[in-house]
Amino acid sequence: MFGFGLIKGLLITFKNLILPSRLFTVHQYPDRKVGPIELARYHQDWQNTSFIQFVINNPIKTIKSLIGLISIQDRYPQHSRFRGQEFGWYENRCTGCASCAKYCPLGIIKIETSRSGVDLDEGQKYKVDVFDIDMGRCMFCGLCVEACPYDALFMGSGFEESKYFRQELNIDINNLKNNDTKPSNWFRPQLESKNYDPRRNGALEWDQVGRHQKPTDTDQANKWSKR
Amino acid sequence: MAFKTEPVTINLGPQHPSTHGVFRLKVTFDGEQIVDAEPVIGYMHRGTEKLAEERSYVQIVTLTDRLDWVSSMTNNLAYVRTVEKLANIDVPIRARYLRVLCSELQRIASHLIATGFLMQELGTFGGTPLMYCFREREKILDMFEMLCGARITLSYMRPGGLVQDAPPEFWERLKIFQKEMPGYVDELESLISDNEVVLARTKNVGILSDRVAVDSSVTGPMLRASGVRWDLRKADPYEVYNSLHFEIPIGSVGDTFDRYFVRINEIRESIKIINQVVEQIPTGPIRTEIPYFFKPPIGNAYTSVEAPKGELGFYLVSDGGISPYRCHIRSPSFINLTVLKDLLVGSTMADLIVVFGSIDIVMGEVDR
Amino acid sequence: MNINNFQNIINSLIPGLPTWLVFITSAILISFIVINAVVITGALTVWLERRLLARIQSRLGPNRWGPFGLFTPVADLIKMIGKEDTVPATADKKIFNLAPIVLLVPVLLVFAVIPMSNNSFLGQLNIGILFIVGVTGFNTLAVFMAAWSSRNKYALFGAMRGVAMLLSYEVPMALSIISIVLTTNFLLNIDGSNLSALSLVGIVQAQKIPFFILQPLGALIFVTAASAEMSRAPFDMIESESELGAGYHTEYSGIKFAIFQLTEFLAPVATAAIISVMFAGGIKGLSFIPGSVILVVKIFVIVLIFIWIRATWPRLRVDQIMNFAWKFLLPLSVINIFSQAIILQIFYSSDSIITINELWTIAFINWILAGISIFLLAKLFGHKGRDKNIPIPSKLANMEFTSE
Ligand code: SF4
Ligand code: SF4
Repeated sequence: MFGFGLIKGLLITFKNLILPSRLFTVHQYPDRKVGPIELARYHQDWQNTSFIQFVINNPIKTIKSLIGLISIQDRYPQHSRFRGQEFGWYENRCTGCASCAKYCPLGIIKIETSRSGVDLDEGQKYKVDVFDIDMGRCMFCGLCVEACPYDALFMGSGFEESKYFRQELNIDINNLKNNDTKPSNWFRPQLESKNYDPRRNGALEWDQVGRHQKPTDTDQANKWSKR
Repeated sequence: MAFKTEPVTINLGPQHPSTHGVFRLKVTFDGEQIVDAEPVIGYMHRGTEKLAEERSYVQIVTLTDRLDWVSSMTNNLAYVRTVEKLANIDVPIRARYLRVLCSELQRIASHLIATGFLMQELGTFGGTPLMYCFREREKILDMFEMLCGARITLSYMRPGGLVQDAPPEFWERLKIFQKEMPGYVDELESLISDNEVVLARTKNVGILSDRVAVDSSVTGPMLRASGVRWDLRKADPYEVYNSLHFEIPIGSVGDTFDRYFVRINEIRESIKIINQVVEQIPTGPIRTEIPYFFKPPIGNAYTSVEAPKGELGFYLVSDGGISPYRCHIRSPSFINLTVLKDLLVGSTMADLIVVFGSIDIVMGEVDR
Repeated sequence: MNINNFQNIINSLIPGLPTWLVFITSAILISFIVINAVVITGALTVWLERRLLARIQSRLGPNRWGPFGLFTPVADLIKMIGKEDTVPATADKKIFNLAPIVLLVPVLLVFAVIPMSNNSFLGQLNIGILFIVGVTGFNTLAVFMAAWSSRNKYALFGAMRGVAMLLSYEVPMALSIISIVLTTNFLLNIDGSNLSALSLVGIVQAQKIPFFILQPLGALIFVTAASAEMSRAPFDMIESESELGAGYHTEYSGIKFAIFQLTEFLAPVATAAIISVMFAGGIKGLSFIPGSVILVVKIFVIVLIFIWIRATWPRLRVDQIMNFAWKFLLPLSVINIFSQAIILQIFYSSDSIITINELWTIAFINWILAGISIFLLAKLFGHKGRDKNIPIPSKLANMEFTSE
């Protein structure tokens, strides 16, 4: 009533101003300004120097960082389950079953298959000719990944995919083949149990990602012909 | 000589800094006094109910994310519970606990947003409390990212359970959250509820009497602020709520301050619930495997949950096909908005924004 | 640095010029320097305010452009100049274009009389305080011109509130100035100084102890009224962005909007300058630091406090603001004037001198008086405080849940 609450409020905002633990809520993206100490640490990652050595070696950089002119790359720490763009797709695993296409709520996956040539009549595997994903409409729900029975399709971990034209957002089979496949752990417990992190660890090959080894063609042919 | 005066009609919105989306309010002023207020909704109609008729039961989960985008967990929950009732699907007990945990986290996040934006509308520059609220909410969103890889449009729940179990990092983060959050809530409260200006602006402003509230089937914190002790978590305990102990905070007269106060207290209760869930949660499976395109028997089902904004209900009619014949959504924001005129007429321009902010609507849910 | 120095320099450079020419040249030169300095200060205040507000809100604030984001105001300015200057079709164009200027010029004029050394820039004006009161009264007019001419209902709402508020707060502000002038007159008379009690130099001279210690009530009233005059939190009624969009300058864009923004950020600087001269001793302080530096530091500190308050407090409603002015500040300032007059007269008439020790006694009495009068007035007119938030269960549909 007499303004004590107002003063209390001022003190709380002051506390938030000075307490360093309350300062940053944002990880600046794509880069952030750093002071000399952080800069030295950043350099140490690839040059084994101490802080003083760094200052002696790079006086200009130190001064520049003191007045806030130097920035380093920074990104938000991202969990390995992050459902991002750049779908990871393994041609060797995909059978062309089109479960993903059926399961997409928006129907933006287009798959065309033809016969693969191995034991065609037994229906063991199709050759995927067209695999289009219209990224412009994708909402990254991950249902397609959930549906894939052969662990051939993965969410990616990227998110910086803005393009100048809408058509460029359409991903076709060549994009998917040439993608640097860094699959996200979303709905893939086998990757999670390996502690795989798409951001830290590199790309994975098709034989490293499956829950079960894919049967070889001969195996498959045997299996199907026995039936 | 008497001056001739005439009322002024102003269009608040659809583009206005304080309308929480594309909401239009035709207000007639006599000076600063409001003599008439006519809400115009529908600018954000996306036809969710109709779209649901063309999706399979699991695919609709992604649609529910987009209803009330600041609390998609509870939307998911309300929907999957309806499907489970419709198709008689059993849910493992661990999944039930995790669902409760998630929806309480989501309740905290949603109430933080409501409180923060109320303060922003009261005119703190740039909304200092809003930023504090966002800072805390961000931690919850980080946890959601660990659970399901997304921060807003979660799609975490599926008929029959959840998509994935929580990773070990999640529990570590949750422990820190449990430890720190009560302190932040206390700080937020003393920043806001002791402030004389806030009290002057919110006390006895926009009073919603309990009679009007019950008659117009207002639910959620708005109803409880009017003193009506009604909470579906107690009245119709779903999931595992009847094994958890918590209070239902209520207000006194139903003014703007009470609505804020109920929300702050609900955050406290939610933290309590989270603590209990962490203690009680058993191990086990988290999902009953059901076919992707399953066909529930012919019939209909309605269930509702206590979403942060009120009773969120889904009504599904099945004709035995892979997608529902009809899907109706009882969205709390829409029904809470119907009392807007009762709250506004007689108050002033500045109160309009505050009252409107205290209702805490999200246009995605109002227009569906 | 003031106009005499310039006159001397010009006289020595080009001897034999007529006096009026020398005067005009030096006046134009000094105004040029002062205006530029002030505008740059305004730009830096923009940076400071955004940066500090961000820190208080645990954000980062502008930090991309230049060291610590210092060039952000430049970038802002370039952007604003580059924007299209739209004028509504139904606007009253002459008034519409004039309004930003009418708003900006008085703020700049204030700096003409601020004593940055023993004198102000333009020599000594012996009615400095009257000048300030007169000049700052212009912003009411400017706000209304902007709003009325732009034919926008939101703008008109803002301006209507604004005019009512600005006019009412002018009264307690002037009254608190009167008590300052009264005290100054007493103290100057005792010193035998021939300075006018209305001049800012005289007020600075008379502050043996800073007036905000001597007259806490006057300082409180003045600061409150001044923050209402420049329409800052918690009185930012004119431009209540969450209600009215942007208030009176809703329709402005481009460079005109930039002028409004500049004024908005210059106003705290100008007000802080006035406050530091009138209540914080102006250039007085540590004797080994030049007076102008001390003044700048004081201004800086007061601006920081304004920013801090802006970040913390919400906005009052318009009727509450008016109530506050007429029911609280006005009685308080009347109490202030009379109590000052009586106390000073008592202390003066005993031995016709007021020593430093007696001044401290007066300050002590004034602090107690301030506490009592604020308490009484708050009891009398204030809102009833926060009644304990006891939940009142309604009788309707009230399920009495057992807590187990
Ligand atoms: S992530 Fe969702 S929307 Fe995107 S392609 Fe997969 S199923 Fe379709
Ligand atoms: S990606 Fe998976 S679901 Fe899609 S066609 Fe290939 S195997 Fe089937």
